[in-house]
Amino acid sequence: MIEAHGLTKDYGDKRAVDDLSFTVEPGVVTGFLGPNGSGKSTTMRLILGLDAPTAGSVTVNGKSYRDHAAPLHEAGSLLEARSVHTGRSAYNHLLALAQTHGIPRRRVNELIDLVGLHDVAKKRAGQFSLGMGQRLGIAAALLGDPQTVMLDEPVNGLDPEGIHWIRNLLKGLAAEGRTVFVSSHLMSEMALTADHLIVVGRGRLIADTSVDEFVSRASGNVVHVRSPQADDLAGLLAATGVTIVAVEPGLLAVTGLTAPQIGEAAAGRGIVLHELMPQQVSLEEAFMDLTRDDVEFRAGTAEHPTEAAA
Amino acid sequence: MSTATVVEKIPPLQVRGRVTQLRVALSEWTKLWSVRSTRWSLFAAFLFTIGVAALACAVVAHHYPHMSPHDKADFHPLEVNLAGVQLAQLAIGVLGVLIITAEYSTGMIRASFTAVPKRLPVLWAKVGVFGAVTFALMLPAVLVAFFVGQAILSRQHINTTFGAPHVARALVGAALYLTVVGLFGLGLGAIVRNTAGGIASFAAIMFVLPPLMNVLPASWNNAASPYLPLQAGEAILSTTPGGHLSPWVGLGLFAAYAAAAIVVAAVLLVRRDT
Repeated sequence: MIEAHGLTKDYGDKRAVDDLSFTVEPGVVTGFLGPNGSGKSTTMRLILGLDAPTAGSVTVNGKSYRDHAAPLHEAGSLLEARSVHTGRSAYNHLLALAQTHGIPRRRVNELIDLVGLHDVAKKRAGQFSLGMGQRLGIAAALLGDPQTVMLDEPVNGLDPEGIHWIRNLLKGLAAEGRTVFVSSHLMSEMALTADHLIVVGRGRLIADTSVDEFVSRASGNVVHVRSPQADDLAGLLAATGVTIVAVEPGLLAVTGLTAPQIGEAAAGRGIVLHELMPQQVSLEEAFMDLTRDDVEFRAGTAEHPTEAAA
Repeated sequence: MSTATVVEKIPPLQVRGRVTQLRVALSEWTKLWSVRSTRWSLFAAFLFTIGVAALACAVVAHHYPHMSPHDKADFHPLEVNLAGVQLAQLAIGVLGVLIITAEYSTGMIRASFTAVPKRLPVLWAKVGVFGAVTFALMLPAVLVAFFVGQAILSRQHINTTFGAPHVARALVGAALYLTVVGLFGLGLGAIVRNTAGGIASFAAIMFVLPPLMNVLPASWNNAASPYLPLQAGEAILSTTPGGHLSPWVGLGLFAAYAAAAIVVAAVLLVRRDT
């Protein structure tokens, strides 16, 4: 369980995290979603006590992370920035971390096998690919069999098999009753893995909701209808609470009616339909809509020349 | 690729301990020996101490018959024998800096402080382990260098013995001096947190500051110079008593400089973001 209360962090005169309050519950996978630069990694460093908050507080399993007698048993973490000495082997890296808690060597070997680094365990970590580095970081996170697992962008650099593996791992950890907190800037990834979402933009909380709720809220109720008698159909469907937009000649975008309602109404008047398509706003688009104003770094466009220059 | 229904499980951990200072020290021991450059630096310091001493003694023994009476009067068999320490101190000092700055440059420090979020045990463990390893390695190096060097000098009958005045003190002192050099580097590295900056500040304080004092008026220079870290520390190596600072006071002052650097580092360590 992770509980943040009014968490705020300034770097100089720049506010990276702004009055963030949320709770990450055990037993589910909670996605931490936001564009790059929205304060996700900073928030995770604050949770681990690597950076001190300017204001507010955050606890892990009821206590400030720093105050735990055995922190690796409480929370295991993978940070986005590499946290491995490039000259040390994967095995010795994990061993050095394990020794701080008296965790036996057997456990180190177990985890090396679990993440699939057996063949390269004695190789220097500096020679690892991005994906191998991620696997090593995940092994470090799970070393202490922690109650809370926190991973920053874990699928970065993983191949499809690795991504599949990580999804199952996270679900398994949550099923065992652990608290699982995973950040990503990819909505589609979170939709497949997470049960709950905490969405941030420019350091502020934008949404704290279940994935299902987020999806239904985002999808809207737009139905596209293609008909040679589009004008007649528009006249027929016009009513209060219904919006009809002519997308192009012969194609209407209808909001406020379901596809069956439209189809039945058309059949009743003998209007021919060529296409009847309920539109799902993609999660990616919904996420973009939600965070549009909160993206810090945006490519310059004709509409926003001043923002790009600022 | 496995089927979608397979859910990964991590094996449970039976033993659950807590972080202790001793365990952190064991972890630092593993860290120290599991990086190739560290092993090489220690090995190099060991070899320099013996090799350079043997070389210097051989050169002096060869030239001794042709030396002027003045040079002969200035000659001390232990001084030439400790020539290797001058080179070894560079390797040890740089290694002291690297032990902490390499953690910052690679990002390892985040893993270290995540495992030990109270942070100070990590610094104490580095000081303890690196200090003990340096002393345990450099004492035999200095002793081997002494017996090899004196054997070479004895061919000209210009050698000294372990029992002669000041010799035992200077030899044990040399190992202690190198240990303090390493810890001073460690302290500076932990303050600066950057390899280039750490090595530069170490070299500046140790080796650039002393000649720079020459620009001062002679009376100021003479009054201040003996209290600089290098000069104070090297008092323990002196074979001729009557220097500005007595050997143990000098080494003590040098150790105080190192301790001050480590205390400043400790205060900054708990306060700064990582």
